[in-house]
Amino acid sequence: MRGFLNVVHGVAWRSIHNTLVNPAVLVPSLIFPLFFLIAFAGGLSRISDVPDFHYAAGYTSFQFVFVFLQSAAFGGVFTGFAIARDFDSGFARRLMLSAPRRSGIIAGYAVGALLRWAITGTVVTIAALIAGMNVYGSGIDLFGLLGLGVMMNLVAALWACAIAMFLRTEQAGALIQMPVFVLLFLAPVYVPLSLLTGWIHDVANLNPVTAVLEAGRGLLAGSPVKVGIAFAGLAGAVLLMAVFSRRGLASAERAG
Amino acid sequence: MSGNPAIEVEKLVREFRKGPRAVDGIDLTVSPGEIYGFLGPNGAGKSTTVLMLTTLLPPTSGRASVGGFDVVRQGAEVRASIGAALQEAALDAILTGREHLMLQTTLQGIPKAERGRQTDALLERVGLTEAADRRVGGYSGGMKRRLDLALALVHRPPILFLDEPTTGLDPQSRSALWEEVARLAHDEGITVFLTTQYLEEADALADRVGIIDRGRIVAEGTPAELKAEIGSPSVEVTPVDLDASDRLAQLLDRFGELRRNGRGNVTVQLPGGEAQLAEVVRALDQAGLHVELLQLHQPSLDDVFLAKTGHKLEGAGEGEAEAPAGGGRRGRRRRGR
Amino acid sequence: MAVDVALGPIAAQRSTAPGVVEQTLAVAHRAVIRTLRQRALLIFPMIFPLILFAINGSALSAATHIPRFPTSNYRDFLIAMPFIQGAMFVSISAGVDLARDIESGFMNRLALTPLRSEAMLVGQLGGALVIGVIQAIVYLLVGVATGVTFASGVGGAILVIGISILIAFAFASLGELLALRFGTGEAVQSIFPLLFVTLFLSSSSLPRNLIKADWFREVATYNPVSYLLESLRSLVITGWNAQALELGIGFAVALLVITVALSQRVMKSRLARL
Repeated sequence: MRGFLNVVHGVAWRSIHNTLVNPAVLVPSLIFPLFFLIAFAGGLSRISDVPDFHYAAGYTSFQFVFVFLQSAAFGGVFTGFAIARDFDSGFARRLMLSAPRRSGIIAGYAVGALLRWAITGTVVTIAALIAGMNVYGSGIDLFGLLGLGVMMNLVAALWACAIAMFLRTEQAGALIQMPVFVLLFLAPVYVPLSLLTGWIHDVANLNPVTAVLEAGRGLLAGSPVKVGIAFAGLAGAVLLMAVFSRRGLASAERAG
Repeated sequence: MSGNPAIEVEKLVREFRKGPRAVDGIDLTVSPGEIYGFLGPNGAGKSTTVLMLTTLLPPTSGRASVGGFDVVRQGAEVRASIGAALQEAALDAILTGREHLMLQTTLQGIPKAERGRQTDALLERVGLTEAADRRVGGYSGGMKRRLDLALALVHRPPILFLDEPTTGLDPQSRSALWEEVARLAHDEGITVFLTTQYLEEADALADRVGIIDRGRIVAEGTPAELKAEIGSPSVEVTPVDLDASDRLAQLLDRFGELRRNGRGNVTVQLPGGEAQLAEVVRALDQAGLHVELLQLHQPSLDDVFLAKTGHKLEGAGEGEAEAPAGGGRRGRRRRGR
Repeated sequence: MAVDVALGPIAAQRSTAPGVVEQTLAVAHRAVIRTLRQRALLIFPMIFPLILFAINGSALSAATHIPRFPTSNYRDFLIAMPFIQGAMFVSISAGVDLARDIESGFMNRLALTPLRSEAMLVGQLGGALVIGVIQAIVYLLVGVATGVTFASGVGGAILVIGISILIAFAFASLGELLALRFGTGEAVQSIFPLLFVTLFLSSSSLPRNLIKADWFREVATYNPVSYLLESLRSLVITGWNAQALELGIGFAVALLVITVALSQRVMKSRLARL
């Protein structure tokens, strides 16, 4: 156990350290979510004038939840890029040679992703509050929203970890990123599910991210919906991705 | 043909902002049809000199003429007179060899009717006919260098600049390129300005060598002249019994200047040349001294470099060796030239 | 093959230097070959805008219920977006290509020939032309297939292709300027987020008059990308709107002229040729 924790600590420390000392990594991870918040909450706020658009907390809060969860997901995805770079540079081999418990490497990357997202999530939240976001949820509701973000980050980080370890090259970036991007945007991003029509309504209905998004919006508005389903879905996804990433690690070990 | 030098350089300087002088006042002259070897370690100023002479970099001061044209005021004429294969092969991995040559012939103004023929001829000349329609990305290092040379020859320039043309090549490719360069100069009268950090290359190819270090030419002449300047060959002797080292030194003292190192071996200069080696062997035999190693060292261009600069050429630029006191030679087991 | 060495000053054998048109065509030929041989680089920039068009075209369809929204089919409104996004991708690929030539030393090789800088700049855009044409046709066909109708008819559809090619050219020239100024592919690619931002801070998702946030509307009004979008959009939704066309084409031409002029200046120092 001690060996496992040491590895987790080492990998996570390196991950957060490399982010903080490298503006080229830190700044985009902060800028992009802020930009989406501005573009969606600012540029599309008129969407709330659409008849039957009902969200008590207002459009800024409506979009904040999406941006909050999206930043969590992409925070996990960026971890995959870092892992892939480590394989390309040969550093990953050094890690695998020196780690007594290699599963600690995956956990370390995941913890690093979470720590990095803690910074981004805080910045995005402050920006939304400054922009006039309404918060109607209670302390427990907000804790629930945070929990959704943490699990979203974990799912994405484990997914990214798995792909990066299977492919072991920076070229894996597109494969890591695109499915997450598409899954996020095939959810009710701009309007509630009830206002989507056509094929996108059907797809969003089946998309597990929809439940998470709706749960998050409900929690922020103080009217929780689908919270159980959302957490259950995310827990299942975490387990699935944990197995997947472990398989990825095994693949990397076999490759040497 | 006029007696004008092919390349003439006078007090050429290149300074970079916030940096040292990369070229610090060099003078040189290259005759038509000559192969001039510009030898020096990494960072000596070789490539910077080439960039100035090929009009790709303006000098800070001084003057240079190539083909009779001033590099600053008559750049277009200079470029018409030269071909250059620079340090980077600078090829497009996505184009084929043939496409490179067709592009180059077009840009060089070769008449349309001749481009195909010229391309085929050059491909054959550098041995790339079979690979002509393959993308350059799949070429080996040697093939890329050959294509680079062909591209430099498209407009039949009388002067050719080759900047470290064999760096990174295997010995076979290197030999092939040497042969071609020698043929260009000796059979076709092309003037070749060749930069290199390889002693063997300068020794094997160059009619004259200029040795550059830290932006200055420290020595110039034919390889034989430069080596003769430094001194005579020496022989390094290691006795089987290290305790006999003193006896060995006494015995060899009469042949020439002696040097001992702490490990018991003795090096002696042979002012009479290689012919004295037989006398040394006879003397050792007569004295009954058994030797473990006996090695003849000829002066090399590295020795010239060491004598002129205080450090060796090979490994210079990565770390400098202290010059031995008195400017004498160090015995080196690795190189028996 | 003997080399004839003329009497001094020593001179090479060569016909007169080729004209600028011939040089431009030679460089353009290379650019087109490179583009067509890197199909993987063509596909993602083409597909990604279409994915966004598909998603946003449906996800934002409710926006047509906003009072005074100019059309009942959101895709009619949105179709202009892929053309501009595609042009931005062209910008990056043109810039990265040129940066690669600089980094690899290929530009030095070209500098040793009589190639003129204007031939180099315009010829390099040959690849952008190919991508621009292919993209424009694909986006148009996808738009029509998904129900987009052109109020300006077939003539308007053809003009959409023409304007989008002009816009692609202008952005490609911007990419070249960035490559010449910064000299590396990474620097060119790092500008892409900025281009992305200018696209979203425009009338890309809603008409300017319907943007609620005052500051956002102000930014969109000053953002030239809004006028590029609106010129294309006008041909779909409105018909023949001279002002919209003039503004969009005007901005595209201005971008092209300014970037080419600046590129010429930077090219001279980049080539450092005497």
